[in-house]
Amino acid sequence: MLHTFVAYVEDLPGVLTRVASLFRRLNININSLTVGRSEKAGLSRLTLVCEASGEAGHRIRASLFKLENVVDVDDIAQAPNVTRELALIKVAATPHSRSQIFELVEVFRARIVDLTSESLMIEMTGVESKIEGLIQVLNESEGQILEICRSGKMTMRRGHHTSGVLRALGAANADLEEAAAVSLQDLSAVKQD
Amino acid sequence: MGTNATTQAANAHLTTPTRLTGAEIVWATLVGEGVTDVFGYPGGAILPVYDALRKFPIHHTLVRHEQGASHMADGYARASGKVGVAIATSGPGATNLVTGIATAMLDSIPVVCITGNVSSKILGTDAFQEVDITGITLPVTKHNFLINKTEDIAPAIRYAFQIAQSGRPGPVLVDITKDAQQGTAIFDFAAAKPRAHRPHPMLKVEESGLAHAAELIRNAKRPVILAGHGVSESGAMEQLRTLAERAQIPVALTLLGLGNFPASHPLNLGMMGMHGESWVNNAIQEADLLIACGMRFDDRVTGSTSTYATKAKKIHIEVDPAEVNKNIKVDVALIGDLRAVLEDLLPRIPGRDGSAWLKSIDASKGAVAVRDIKNIADSGHLYAAHVMHDLWRITAGNAIVVTDVGQHQMWEAQYFHHENPRTLITSGGLGTMGFALPAAIGAKTACPEKEVWVIAGDGGFQMTSPELSTIVQEGLKINIAVINNGYLGMVRQWQEFFYERNYEATPLVSPDFVKLADAHGIPGRAVRTRAEVADAVAEARSSKGTYLLNFMVEKEDAVYPMIPAGNALHEMIRRPGKDPLVESPEDI
Repeated sequence: MLHTFVAYVEDLPGVLTRVASLFRRLNININSLTVGRSEKAGLSRLTLVCEASGEAGHRIRASLFKLENVVDVDDIAQAPNVTRELALIKVAATPHSRSQIFELVEVFRARIVDLTSESLMIEMTGVESKIEGLIQVLNESEGQILEICRSGKMTMRRGHHTSGVLRALGAANADLEEAAAVSLQDLSAVKQD
Repeated sequence: MGTNATTQAANAHLTTPTRLTGAEIVWATLVGEGVTDVFGYPGGAILPVYDALRKFPIHHTLVRHEQGASHMADGYARASGKVGVAIATSGPGATNLVTGIATAMLDSIPVVCITGNVSSKILGTDAFQEVDITGITLPVTKHNFLINKTEDIAPAIRYAFQIAQSGRPGPVLVDITKDAQQGTAIFDFAAAKPRAHRPHPMLKVEESGLAHAAELIRNAKRPVILAGHGVSESGAMEQLRTLAERAQIPVALTLLGLGNFPASHPLNLGMMGMHGESWVNNAIQEADLLIACGMRFDDRVTGSTSTYATKAKKIHIEVDPAEVNKNIKVDVALIGDLRAVLEDLLPRIPGRDGSAWLKSIDASKGAVAVRDIKNIADSGHLYAAHVMHDLWRITAGNAIVVTDVGQHQMWEAQYFHHENPRTLITSGGLGTMGFALPAAIGAKTACPEKEVWVIAGDGGFQMTSPELSTIVQEGLKINIAVINNGYLGMVRQWQEFFYERNYEATPLVSPDFVKLADAHGIPGRAVRTRAEVADAVAEARSSKGTYLLNFMVEKEDAVYPMIPAGNALHEMIRRPGKDPLVESPEDI
């Protein structure tokens, strides 16, 4: 089954290698991985999607927690969530063939973000199936796809869910410096999730 | 070892923040962490650290190969329960540590390795003796650090000590660039203290789980306790014993668990798994309840997992959440420190009559004993099993035994009966040949008052035999027993059983080990018959310094019983006598 892990990790050199290396060691292929800054100073948030047995979820999460730089791990699994992906698609299009692509973009609620006499670039955000849909339709239309760049999935639980680990790290609005200090020094107060 | 003056100076650094070089900070921090002994090998990128050593009250043992340093630190840790420390230079010095680091990782041993690296300006340029050791050791350490600023050295080393010892212990590596060693910073030991240890967020010991476990134990007819290395790591020997005695439950041990429950105890079954005695494995297969305490259902313990103890409910008490339900699905998981969990569990366990089950296990021992080599009359041949049995008898089981890997390791586990924890030091998880000699040096350094025996095969001994010089240079007294059968015995045994006796690459030419010892100034003698064993062992023990015994044992002997890899636990190859074929448990 498809697992989606959301993890907060310390924003330090090599941390991503440690996370990726764990999956390599378990011989699990990472389908997608997105990383960026989180609401906490000094912590990055990553969303990692991988295919593994249902039983493997517990062990992967437990193993991620064993990494010194990993502060919190959530296995989103089947929980209600919002998942999005960003895609940039460059399509060959002459002034004559543009209008058909414009229509498609409209239908898919995407945007044109770059336009030249030979090509245009489409930006689209949405669930995976929607992006796949646009790509399929573009392939079937006259326009030739030149490049596709996809971000991988980003996921957030629906509702007011915050893990015990993050609660112990303090409020999201706290002074940034303070939050960083807490994250590195006072994790002893972390309660079990 | 430093003088009183260096001790006083080092102690003063710990209380009064002082400007020191990075190299001095390395030692000052180690002193603060309670380190008295380190094992290492100098080189260009670690020279500043070596230059500063004379100012600190720490004893350095010069090894002959860095693999020896990491094994010595490992043996030191296993014997003492303290953190072992290994030091090496960059590049090949660092890569040579790796086998020892992996050995410590697989057996959860607290070791801190400190390596030098090239200056930070030239990091990543393939400079002379530069290697990405933090990258290389990433999968075989609990954590590692690349430090290129002097002020980061003390916090990193203190953090490394915390990581190495906390939760499930393991090795940590701190790689320090040469310029960080040469720079200066204010050394403030107290301020370098790491944040409090963060317990694994998935530790979980619930009231309902404890109640369920207690109920299973109360209602079990055929329970078996499986005790592992976690018992000694957690210091739960007494709690384990109370549980076993109060509920009258027999105890089977993993290889690394040997000594954590007294061998002489009537409830001790002995070692389980691939070379466990038939009554132990049959008891596990027949059990209706397994209580796993600080063990991880390793494949050498379970055999085929699909046929493993299918009639048994399983309780798993384990400190590492990633080990629960990994190999064997369990009914109750109590994820926490073993000692704490047992203390919570014990008040719920009433006295219990286990005599029927114990009697039935006992009855299955008799027939086995007849075929046991130990009970077969002296035929003039020398069997390794005899050597182990005699060593155990003569040392009254009080020695620390450090084994290598292979047949002799299993014979030791079968015939040397360990009463106390930390008296068997062996590479169980990684199965590292060459481990014994250096690990014994570490053990002897940690416990100079203890009698230490190395038991190694002729193959493994040659992997690290240059450490004989280290023994001599350090003036250590270690007794060495080489179990010499002219083969890589365990591999030969597999070839005999599973590869139609095609002894490819297993016959082994060795030097005359007695002469090799002599070249190091170490006395020794060869032993060819059982009649000589007692006298030879006495001579080794009474010798003032290290002594080597070269036991010329039966060449094509095999370790029995044996469960072929992937077979069910009860499908074992039994001792010859009747018929050395795979037998079922009904055939006892």
